[in-house]
Amino acid sequence: MAGTVTETQAGRPAESAAPAIELRGISKAFGPVQANKDISIRVMPGTIHGIIGENGAGKSTLMSILYGFYKADAGEIFINGEKTEIPDSQAAISAGIGMVFQHFKLVQNFSVLENVILGAEDGALLKPSKAKAREALKRLAAEYELQVDPDALIEEIGVGMQQRVEILKALYRQADILILDEPTGVLTPAEADHLFRILEGLKAQGKTIILITHKLREIMDVTDTVSVMRRGEMTATVQTSETDAEHLAELMVGRKVLLRVDKKPAAPGDTVLEIENLKVVDEDGVERLRGIDLHVRAGEILGIAGVAGNGQSEVLEVLGGITAAKGTVRINGQEIDLSGKSSDGQSRRARSIAHVPEDRQSLGLIMDFHAWENMIFGYHHDPAYQKNALLMDNAGIRAETQAKMERFDVRPPNPDLTARSFSGGNQQKIVCAREIERNPDLLLVGQPTRGVDIGAIEFIHNQIVGLRDQGKAVLLVSVELEEIMSLADRIAVMFDGRVMGERLPSETDERELGLLMAGITDTEAEHSVDEVAANLAKTQGKVG
Amino acid sequence: MNKLPKWVDVALIPFINLLLALIVSGLVILYIGESPFEAISIMVRGAVGSTYGWGYTLYYATNFIFTGLAVAVAFQARMFNIGGEGQAAIGSLGVALVCLAVPWPHWLIALPAAVIAGAIFGAAWAAIPAYLQAKRGSHIVITTIMFNFIASALLVYLLVNVMKPVGTMAPETGRFPPGTFLPDAYDMAGWVGLRFSRSAPLNITFFIAILCCVLVYLLIWRTRLGYQIRAFGQSESAAVYAGISPVRITMITMLISGGLAGLMGINAVMGEAERLVIDPVQGAGFVGIAVALMGRSHPAGVFLAGLLFGMLYQGGGELEFDIPAISREMILVIQALVILFTGAFDNMIRMPLERLFNRPGRGGGSPAKPMPPGEGTTHKPAVSEPEKS
Amino acid sequence: MDLATIIPILDATLRSATPLLFVCLAGLFSERSGIIDIGLEGKLLIAAFFSASVAAMSGSVWIGLLAGIGASLVLSLLHGVASITFRGNQLISGVALNFLASGLTVVIGENWFGLGGRTPQLSGAARFQPIHLPGVEAMADVPVIGPIYSNLISGHTILVYAAIVTVALTWWVLFRTRFGLHLRAVGENPESVDTAGISVIRLRYSAMVIAGVLCGIGGAYLATGLAAGFVKEMSAGRGFIALAALIFAKWRPWYALAACLLFGFLDAVGTRFQKLEVLGVNVPTQFMQALPYILTVVILAGFVGKAIPPRAGGTPYVKER
Repeated sequence: MAGTVTETQAGRPAESAAPAIELRGISKAFGPVQANKDISIRVMPGTIHGIIGENGAGKSTLMSILYGFYKADAGEIFINGEKTEIPDSQAAISAGIGMVFQHFKLVQNFSVLENVILGAEDGALLKPSKAKAREALKRLAAEYELQVDPDALIEEIGVGMQQRVEILKALYRQADILILDEPTGVLTPAEADHLFRILEGLKAQGKTIILITHKLREIMDVTDTVSVMRRGEMTATVQTSETDAEHLAELMVGRKVLLRVDKKPAAPGDTVLEIENLKVVDEDGVERLRGIDLHVRAGEILGIAGVAGNGQSEVLEVLGGITAAKGTVRINGQEIDLSGKSSDGQSRRARSIAHVPEDRQSLGLIMDFHAWENMIFGYHHDPAYQKNALLMDNAGIRAETQAKMERFDVRPPNPDLTARSFSGGNQQKIVCAREIERNPDLLLVGQPTRGVDIGAIEFIHNQIVGLRDQGKAVLLVSVELEEIMSLADRIAVMFDGRVMGERLPSETDERELGLLMAGITDTEAEHSVDEVAANLAKTQGKVG
Repeated sequence: MNKLPKWVDVALIPFINLLLALIVSGLVILYIGESPFEAISIMVRGAVGSTYGWGYTLYYATNFIFTGLAVAVAFQARMFNIGGEGQAAIGSLGVALVCLAVPWPHWLIALPAAVIAGAIFGAAWAAIPAYLQAKRGSHIVITTIMFNFIASALLVYLLVNVMKPVGTMAPETGRFPPGTFLPDAYDMAGWVGLRFSRSAPLNITFFIAILCCVLVYLLIWRTRLGYQIRAFGQSESAAVYAGISPVRITMITMLISGGLAGLMGINAVMGEAERLVIDPVQGAGFVGIAVALMGRSHPAGVFLAGLLFGMLYQGGGELEFDIPAISREMILVIQALVILFTGAFDNMIRMPLERLFNRPGRGGGSPAKPMPPGEGTTHKPAVSEPEKS
Repeated sequence: MDLATIIPILDATLRSATPLLFVCLAGLFSERSGIIDIGLEGKLLIAAFFSASVAAMSGSVWIGLLAGIGASLVLSLLHGVASITFRGNQLISGVALNFLASGLTVVIGENWFGLGGRTPQLSGAARFQPIHLPGVEAMADVPVIGPIYSNLISGHTILVYAAIVTVALTWWVLFRTRFGLHLRAVGENPESVDTAGISVIRLRYSAMVIAGVLCGIGGAYLATGLAAGFVKEMSAGRGFIALAALIFAKWRPWYALAACLLFGFLDAVGTRFQKLEVLGVNVPTQFMQALPYILTVVILAGFVGKAIPPRAGGTPYVKER
């Protein structure tokens, strides 16, 4: 192991020290989807190497290959300069790799100690292993600020503690290379800062750390080198000190074909949707929405920008009747029930709210239902779909579906095919046809063009704008800045369960929005990024 | 996603499974020292070679169609109702109570009342496990198993202590009044000038079973409720998005399922025994699992599989008569193997077939399907993939 | 009630709890590994048949025991192949195996002995004999302790004592050994085991083997210890009572002992008294028989301390998505 590594050394191929990890030409496909395309990367020992990219860019797949969880279709792995086969997790562990998964692999009703020794016992009896691990935990706690009660049950400790257990598991197994997959997703800012201090400590001891994240602030804060992934490809590897958040944001999102939507200026009317102090706490007790205020007027598209996982999904789910929340939401001046007790997706539709969900495959469509069955999904109570009091008018629904499919250019326009047999774009057109043709007062749209081909994107955008032009309100959530910029009449940026600010598309640019998405307001942007981020963490730490 | 052509899923796989079950059963018969071919020809002749045989085959089939439909309806919502046995027993109790309570003037009046009672009693017995599943998350399989035993104990108690006529020894009710006697196959054949065996238990309930097949088909594929049941079964998260309440659908589906199982009492108690005996169901509740599995949870499939198991039960009885070395329990062996191969070992056949039909250059009859990761190689048993319309 | 009434009931309790205990512990290993086993009844039945048959033919109860274990093991492994290798539905597999045992025991039994599904009466070395613990005679005259020692504690077959030892052993294996740690982990979260580099498949098959062996011993006790031969359907729902006891015990060994003793006691009381009066209310025997199931439903419903099964139970483990 190269023990004396300086920052400048990191990532420089010219250096003589062998990289702790080198991947060459890694490819992995899931069916027709290429999750990793010919990826090569060098991670130098004793550095923190960030891998950044949007959700679905292929980061987690790449790390799962490195940890022996998936088998790559092609490519080679070198550990400390030696070619290494990693057919399973055992091989990864013996090669000195430890992984902290996004979803922890802990046994809930085991103690911390039992989780730490699981699979790393010395001998068939537990007693000596536990005694040894207890000592080791004490030592590690002192060395790296990793205090944790060895006898506490996992289900009784918070997520931050659970993550420490995962790190301890890796360290107990003598890992020299530690991979953390989206480690701060479940942490409060204060916990995240603690984590980064731990990582710095580990680096100081010569450990190599790979940090996978989609949060720019983290990359800028703690990494030495950063690699950017986009759509399964590694697009760049740069020194963190030689780049900035905007540049990374650009590399992450990528310059796409400019999709200009022809639209007239908005003519906003009365307020359709009013949100006041909306709060959502998830099952794990994590606050997903920390009190947001928004409003959307008739004839207007409000776009919510933000890196995925900052509360945008929850806004849509609350409004769509899927998730319960606290706060006030009014539709056309009338308050709606958020408790979930006397409301659901049906009552929202009765209020003329239509919802194109972010995840069309697990929410918006029943994949094994025919197109015609999907075309009434959620609206199946409409008396128009009944032939008589008992039976549904399947023939009528088919005919109507056929007409809608033709109007929305679904290919092939065959109502009898299952949703599964359409391409992503055509699936989305089916959902859009269903929701937009109801002519709702408020349309909720999440990631309307995710996994949708270029031709369909333009069509779907035009339909959304068309609905706006009819004087309807649209709430658009997208992680694609380009899409927000071209569609929205007003843009709200969300970060960490809050609205960071609202901008007009004509008065902002991607740079400003990118900073807001990273949790940095423009007044602070004058200061150095590090400083601001640190300030931000402090203030949030007090709140949390 | 490896997707098989429809005919492979609904016809070829069940056929191969059945064949495997028969081959293994044949090996057992060979081990006993008898000829499997002779055995099968006796079974077929015994089951369908005479109106007497048909009379029993269709009688058994009637029971199995009811219990098979009960399991199939629950499968549509991805619930495994293993409690058909208990629900049918309690349904039988309901039928018996109605038959004994009123001096019915004519079966045409008694039958609708008995149908309602059987269905309500069966549904009530399914209601508690359904409620516990929907509201408290208690595993419905375990609770319905427990309810089978509780039903059996309850029935014994009632027959021994309450319903047994004074002065008799056998734990069964007295015979129902003649006004409840249902027309049997002999009577019905007579209406249209045909002759049918006098001693076969086949009765008019068979047509109620067929009617139930049609009604279940309409319910599942033609009504809004059925639409919601199927949607909930396919994807609970999508159902919630669409505003379909999981609690409500779980309850309703199980009530329908229990009601169908309860209707079996019409055939066994009112149509055949004409009294309530200590075990009116005779394992038909469990046969329903095999029937629903083979029938791919579709009423047409359930009808055919019910018929097949009717033949198996009747033919198996004849088999013991003709070849005493093969006891009647051979039926259970065959039944077990059918359930094993169609249910538990489904992937043993499915995986190689999927490879066969999804080789490059063979579309397998379905259009190319772009699939995201995560939709790939997870093989589910037939239970979680009931056949759709 | 005096000692002379109580001791025979407790004695019967112990005897009827023994097969339950073996089967319950078998279920414990299986379900702790994440495989739901409603085929316990079938394994118990087939083991009872083969142990009685082979004991009758060989004249040795020990060879019978081995045969019973072997038969139960085969069913257990079939369940493993269906649940682990082919990722089939564990519930359906269990149902099928119960039927298979019901059918095969009679079909083969009829073929071997022609006694309508029975085996010949077993006696002598073909049965497990009571063991008289040392000092029984000397203790017999001591009041209270004497009758308890000689009539309740002494005089059971070796398998009764083995059952108690198995409880302790199960507890020790589960909570004091590496294998136990892995087993408990794989039933809760197989991914945690897999990412730690331990084979989920091997662990689950090991659990199936242990479950097979324990059910085998339980079946052998039923047919060659408790009874003197096999009769058709002699398991009579004990597999399901054991399953109920397992839930009642919340998948823990010592609690399983308590649950099996409780259910054994209910059985003993139900057999001893045809009419039972508790606080002036006449309790029908059928109620006593149904009580284990009713109690289990109450526990499952979570009204009295919720029974939370191992979290991964019933789901086949699929590693690569």
